[in-house]
Amino acid sequence: MEKTTLNVEHLCASFFTDHGEIRAVNDVSFQVPKRSIIGIVGESGCGKSMTARSIMRLIKYPGKIVSGSISLVGKELTALSETEMSNVRGEEISLIFQEPMTSLNPVMKVGKQVREVVLLHRRVTKKEAKAEVLRMFEKVGISEPEKRYECYPHELSGGLRQRVMIAMAMICRPKLLIADEPTTALDVTVEAQILELMKNLRDEIGTSIILISHNLGVVAELCDYVHVMYAGRIVEQAETFELFDHPRHPYTVGLMNARASLEQQQTVLDTIPGTVPNLAALPEGCSFAPRCAQCGGRCHECVPELTEVLPGHFVRCHLAQQGV
Amino acid sequence: MTEQNTFRSVLCRLCRENKLAVFSAGVILLFVVLAILAPVLTPYGYDEIVNAANRLAPPSAEHWMGTDEVGRDVLTRMLYGSRISLLVGIVPTVVSMLAGAVLGILAGYLGGRVDSIIMRLADIMLAFPSMLLAMVIMYTLGDGIINIFLALALVNWASVARIVRAETLKLREAEYVEAARSIGVGRFTIMRRHILPNCIPSLIVLFTLNIPSAILSESSLSFLGLGIQKPMASWGLMVNTGRQYLYTNPWLSLAPSVAIMLIVLAFNFLGDGLRDVLDPHLKKQ
Amino acid sequence: MEQKKLLEARGLTVEFPLAGHKKVHAVSDVSLDVMEHEVLALVGESGCGKSTLGKTMIRLQEPTAGEICFRGTPITGLSPKAFRDYRRQMQIVFQDPYASLNPRMTVRGIVAEPLETYHVCESKEATTERVVELLEAVGLTADHLYRYAHQFSGGQRQRVGIARAIALNPAFIVCDEPVSALDVSVQNQILNLLKDLQGRFGLTYLFISHDLSVVRFIANRVCVMFLGKLCEIGDTETVYSKPLHPYTRFLLDAIPKADPHQRRKERLLLAGELPSPVNPPAGCRFHTRCPYATEKCRTVEPQLQEVEGRKVACHIYGE
Repeated sequence: MEKTTLNVEHLCASFFTDHGEIRAVNDVSFQVPKRSIIGIVGESGCGKSMTARSIMRLIKYPGKIVSGSISLVGKELTALSETEMSNVRGEEISLIFQEPMTSLNPVMKVGKQVREVVLLHRRVTKKEAKAEVLRMFEKVGISEPEKRYECYPHELSGGLRQRVMIAMAMICRPKLLIADEPTTALDVTVEAQILELMKNLRDEIGTSIILISHNLGVVAELCDYVHVMYAGRIVEQAETFELFDHPRHPYTVGLMNARASLEQQQTVLDTIPGTVPNLAALPEGCSFAPRCAQCGGRCHECVPELTEVLPGHFVRCHLAQQGV
Repeated sequence: MTEQNTFRSVLCRLCRENKLAVFSAGVILLFVVLAILAPVLTPYGYDEIVNAANRLAPPSAEHWMGTDEVGRDVLTRMLYGSRISLLVGIVPTVVSMLAGAVLGILAGYLGGRVDSIIMRLADIMLAFPSMLLAMVIMYTLGDGIINIFLALALVNWASVARIVRAETLKLREAEYVEAARSIGVGRFTIMRRHILPNCIPSLIVLFTLNIPSAILSESSLSFLGLGIQKPMASWGLMVNTGRQYLYTNPWLSLAPSVAIMLIVLAFNFLGDGLRDVLDPHLKKQ
Repeated sequence: MEQKKLLEARGLTVEFPLAGHKKVHAVSDVSLDVMEHEVLALVGESGCGKSTLGKTMIRLQEPTAGEICFRGTPITGLSPKAFRDYRRQMQIVFQDPYASLNPRMTVRGIVAEPLETYHVCESKEATTERVVELLEAVGLTADHLYRYAHQFSGGQRQRVGIARAIALNPAFIVCDEPVSALDVSVQNQILNLLKDLQGRFGLTYLFISHDLSVVRFIANRVCVMFLGKLCEIGDTETVYSKPLHPYTRFLLDAIPKADPHQRRKERLLLAGELPSPVNPPAGCRFHTRCPYATEKCRTVEPQLQEVEGRKVACHIYGE
C-alpha cells in the first residue's frame, strides 16, 4: 500500500469577525501520497489558500482552525505547541507564495535569507550553510549562483525571485512543499520553467507537493490528483486523468468548458452564470445550486455528501450521485 | 441596499461602529455649548474680582473651582476661556487646512513651476521655528484675536500642503485618475472630483492633530505676552499663570490643563472614528 | 472585404528617463495599423511595452518620437483643446477593476462623468436615463446606480468600467488586460460581453493581454511584442495555426493545456532571463534567448517583412 505524507481529516477553519463566524474551510479531507503532486483548484475565496495556511498553522488573525486533524507522516500537527510547529515549518513542510517579492525581505541579500533557513534547522557552520545554499541555487536553475547570492530581491526578475523562494523552501528537503499559486504572477514562458522545476524537484528529492491554483492548465500539467474546491468545501476529487476525462460535478464541468480553446476560434465562451458566493452569506443546501443549471429541489435543501461514485472519484453533488 | 454617503448615513454608521467617537463628539459639543452659554451659566464676569480678600481660595460651594491670584472665580474664567481656546483651535486650523489642501493639490497635480514655487514657499515657512514665526507675525500685526488666527494659519498651512501634495502625487498615478484623463475630464475637475475627496481621510486626521496644537500655540503666545491680553482669559493663559502656584494651589493650572487634555483627546478620537467611517477601504474589512 | 485604417502609428518610440542619463526603452520604433471594426490583440510578457504602446495610441502617454493618425488626421501634435474631439473617440478599459474606479463616487457618478464632461445630455434626468441604458447594456441594472465600487464583485466593477468606456460611443477602445484580474468563471462573462458590444456598436479594440487563449477567442489579428519591438503580426488563425517567429512559438508552447493527455515529456523551454529594457541587446532583441540565433541576429536588427500571409521580424525568413 502506498504511504501517505500528509493526511488531512475533516478540517474546518473559520474567521471570527464582528459579524459572526465565517467558515472558510469546511470539512476538508484529503491525502497526499508520498512523492505525489496533488492539486487544489478553485476561485478566489473558495478556501484553497486557507487550507494551505491551516496545514502550516499560519492562519492570520482572526482566523482559526476549528476542528479536524492534520497529520504529517503520523505526526499530528494540530496538537503541536507553537515552538514545535516552528521546527516543522521549513524543515518538514515549506510554503511558497504567489508574489515572491513580498515574501522576501527587501533589505537583505537573498543568499543570506536562504542561509538563515539552513542555520535555523541544521547544526552547520556559516560556510557550510553557504555551500549548501549555492548547491541548492544551482539545483533550482539559478545561473551564476555566486553572483545571485549577493543580490537584493529587487535586483532579480520575478522568475528568479520565485526560484529563490523555491530554493529557500526546498533547502531542508522537506517532506511536503505547499505552493500557493506559485506561477500566477509570472509570465507564461517563466511559468513553464517553474513548473518544470517543481516536477524535477519532486523526482529528485522526493518531496510531495500540494499545488494550489486557479488555472486548470497548470494543474493538468503537473498533478497526480486533483481536488476541486468551492465555497470552502471540496466538491470533487479524483485522479487527474479521471477528473479531466470524466468531470462529474457541474462546477468542475463548468470550469473545464470555460477554458477558451487554443485550437479554434469560438463565437461565444461558455460561462458559469453568477459570481463566486460570499462566504458570509452562503445559500441553504448546495453552495453551487444558485449557479447550477441542473439543480433540482433537493439541492436547495440539504448539503450533499462527498460520495465515491467510482473507485477513487468523489463528488459532492446530489445529481452526480444519482447518476444523472 | 442603496447606501449613500450622505451626512446622515455617516452619522448612523459612526454611531453603530464607534461608540468612543460618538462620546468624543458629545464632549466637544458639551464644551461648545458651555462656551456659548457662559454668561448665562455663571453669575460673575470673567474679570470681576469677586472676593479681593479671598484670593487663591480652594474650591467651595460658591466658587466650584476656587479663586485665582487676584480673587476671580476660576470656573467663570474657564467658561469664558473655552470660547477663546475653541475659536483659536478651530478657526486658524480650518483656514490653514483649506489653504494647505488647495495649494498642496495644485502643487502635486500640476507639478512643474507651480509645484516649485508653492513648495519652496512652504519650505521657507517650515524652515523657521514655528513659534518664532508666529511671534514675528504677532509683533508686526499687533495683538488681538484676529491676528492670532492669521499668525497660526500662516504657520500651519505649509505642513498641510506638504502632506496633501504627497497624497496627490500618489493619487495622480491611480488608475481612476488615468481613466478620468482618458475621458478628457479637465484638470481642475479631476483635482476637485477625484483627488480632493480621496485626500479627506488624511485631512481629517491632520485636522484633529492641528486643533490641539493650535490651542497649545495660542497658550504659548499668550504666555509670552503676544496673544490674548489680560484680563481676558484663555486656557493656555490660565495654565501659565497658575504655574506659579502649582504646589500651593494646584487647581489653578490643573482645571484648564484637564480641559485642554479632554478637548484634545476628544478631537483625536472623533478624528479616528470619522476616518474609519469615511474610508471605504478600511470599512470593507 | 475592404477595410479602412482607423488608427495608424508610425515609428512610435516611448522612452522613460532614469537617473544618470539612462533610459527605459519601453517602445522602440513601432509602426502599427488598426483597422476599422477589428479586434487587434497585443500579446507579450510583462515589461514588453504593450501597455505603454496601448496608452500611447490614445495619447494617455506622450510618445518620445513618432506619429499617430486617427482616420488619417495626425493627432500627436494637437493641442489639448483641439484633441478633445478625438479624445472622446478613444477610450480605455483598465486591468484592475479595483483601482480604476474612484472609491468615493457612486456608479452613477462614474458612468455619468464622460457624459457630463462633453455635455452629451441636456438635463440631469436625461443623464441618469442614459447611465441606466449603459448599465443595462453591460448587464447591470438601475438598482446599481447609487452604489459604490467596493460594494461590487470584481466582474461587476469591470462592467462599470466598460460602461464608462462606451458612454461616449467611441470608435476605438484600448482594453488593457481587462480580464486578467478576474476569476476564471467571471472572465468569460466579461469576454462575451466585450465581444458582444464590439459587434453591436461596431467598436474597434486594441486588446492587450498576456493570455493567449483569451486572445484566440476575441481577436481578429494578433500582434506579438517582445521588449518594445513587434515580432510577428497577422490574422489570429494564421499565427496560431503556424507561428513563425521563434518567440511566438515559445509563447504558444508555454501555455499549460487543460488536458493531462497533452502533457509533453519534453517542453520547449525558453532559456535565460528577459533582457532589461534599460539596456536592450543589439541586433534582434530576442537573440539572447533564441536557440536559432546566428551572428547576423546579434548585429543586425530584423525588420518586419511579409512571410506566409503575415509579417515577421526574424532573420530566419530573410533569404
